[in-house]
Amino acid sequence: MSASFDHPVYNYKVVRQFTVMTVVWGIVGMLVGVLIAAQLVWPILNFDLPWLHFGRLRPLHTNAVIFAFGGCALFASSLFVVQRTCQAPLISNKLAAFVFWGWQLIILLAAISLPMGWTSGKEYAELEWPIDILIAVVWVAYAILFFGTIMKRKTSHIYVANWFFGAFIITVAVLHIVNSLAVPVTLTKSYSVYAGAVDAMVQWWYGHNAVGFFLTAGFLGIMYYFVPKQAERPVYSYRLSIVHFWALIAIYIWAGPHHLHYTALPDWAQSLGMVMSLLLLAPSWGGMINGVMTLSGAWHKLRDDPILRFLIVSLSFYGMSTFEGPMMSIKTVNSLSHYTDWTIGHVHSGALGWVAMVSIGCMYHLIPIMFNRARMYSIRLINVHFWMSTIGTVLYIASMWVNGIIQGLMWRAYNSDNSLSYSFVQSVEASYPGYLVRFLGGAIFAAGMLLMAYNLWLTATRENHEDEPLKSEEGAQ
Amino acid sequence: MDINFLRGLATLILFIAFIGMCIWVYSSKRKKGYDEAANLPFAEDDQPRGSHHE
Repeated sequence: MSASFDHPVYNYKVVRQFTVMTVVWGIVGMLVGVLIAAQLVWPILNFDLPWLHFGRLRPLHTNAVIFAFGGCALFASSLFVVQRTCQAPLISNKLAAFVFWGWQLIILLAAISLPMGWTSGKEYAELEWPIDILIAVVWVAYAILFFGTIMKRKTSHIYVANWFFGAFIITVAVLHIVNSLAVPVTLTKSYSVYAGAVDAMVQWWYGHNAVGFFLTAGFLGIMYYFVPKQAERPVYSYRLSIVHFWALIAIYIWAGPHHLHYTALPDWAQSLGMVMSLLLLAPSWGGMINGVMTLSGAWHKLRDDPILRFLIVSLSFYGMSTFEGPMMSIKTVNSLSHYTDWTIGHVHSGALGWVAMVSIGCMYHLIPIMFNRARMYSIRLINVHFWMSTIGTVLYIASMWVNGIIQGLMWRAYNSDNSLSYSFVQSVEASYPGYLVRFLGGAIFAAGMLLMAYNLWLTATRENHEDEPLKSEEGAQ
Repeated sequence: MDINFLRGLATLILFIAFIGMCIWVYSSKRKKGYDEAANLPFAEDDQPRGSHHE
């Protein structure tokens, strides 16, 4: 049976490849995270080997979860959504294959070069110049693939998810190229063209917009397609989605200086970053409400459908972390929270709660379509995975809140003679219980990913489901 | 006219552009188009069997 009479033949091969690699890199990236979390509890775990040192594995963890796991989820979903909502196949299957294999090569090079200690030392942009050039080439190919497909669309509208994906693709290209400008010295060493406070500002203009456009705009594109699809109803307000889009992209780009409070950056730039970060609450919550309210009148679906629960709970974490973020950008709050584990907790409330959970929900929607199945092999395992992710995330962020506030208070405590009340090591000692809880939370979350891989394997290889058929087979996808 | 006048003016222009966009977006003339756009994810069947190999 062929449906090619009804619509063009889409390129699902590249979507399927990226879908599988999302799960694979999710496991790898999160396990590296669990290892370095364990190293903070049991320092012996670096085995005195330079390649396993915390300082080398931490950028490997961040690069793997952001660009390998998150990146593959974004490639898979954007290339799926752009074909389905434009009703046009990708403009070139060869270009699609180039994007897939190019991106996998970049991930492989990162996995080798970072443990070797080859780094440009830029946060979330540690990879050295030859890999940076490769990233730029693959990214431009991706942009041509995506926008070329939009130009060939059969529909008159460009669906809102594609606007978010489009903004993500263009902005990440600009951020990556500007931030990575460097003078190469050898094959594995280069120096940034920027210096001093300008270097710091460029770095965090990049760094915060990697959060804003890679980890937010892209995943909002996922939200605007997969939440309506899974809930089987159109988005709550299409009008709000347009205001959401323009407000979000116009404000996010200015928020970077809040990473540099009380530094050599001019005061006016710090205040600008703080004000823009506070303003960001409005579009962030507007978008979150738009996603959650899509379920309005159909809340009962949350009871039966763990995939929808993944998507909606991810939006709750998104709302939580986009409230926390503006609060932490206030200079007086930042003077307590900055450089403490609170920041790590905030990042993971966004990274685990929002980015990972919305990706997981999206993948559970995509996997059956990619393997020609009515639904995932085991809905029960998805439910277990949902609870592992939620509990893991809550343990992680709660322990880091406690640690962060303890550290912040201990570092600023003075005796009556103005000497410091605590040494730094005392604050590290006080952090031990939190580090253990964080390790447990992370391990539970990563174990959930293993369950997902098992479910993916069963869905791909077996025709029959383990569970009873759902009441409505159509609604199960 | 100093640079701060231009900065203030730019803020005002952006503010007016934002209000203008909101009025444009919420104009009732565009309702039909938005309804069509919002339903784009549901335009096609989910199981396009046979399209798995390009």
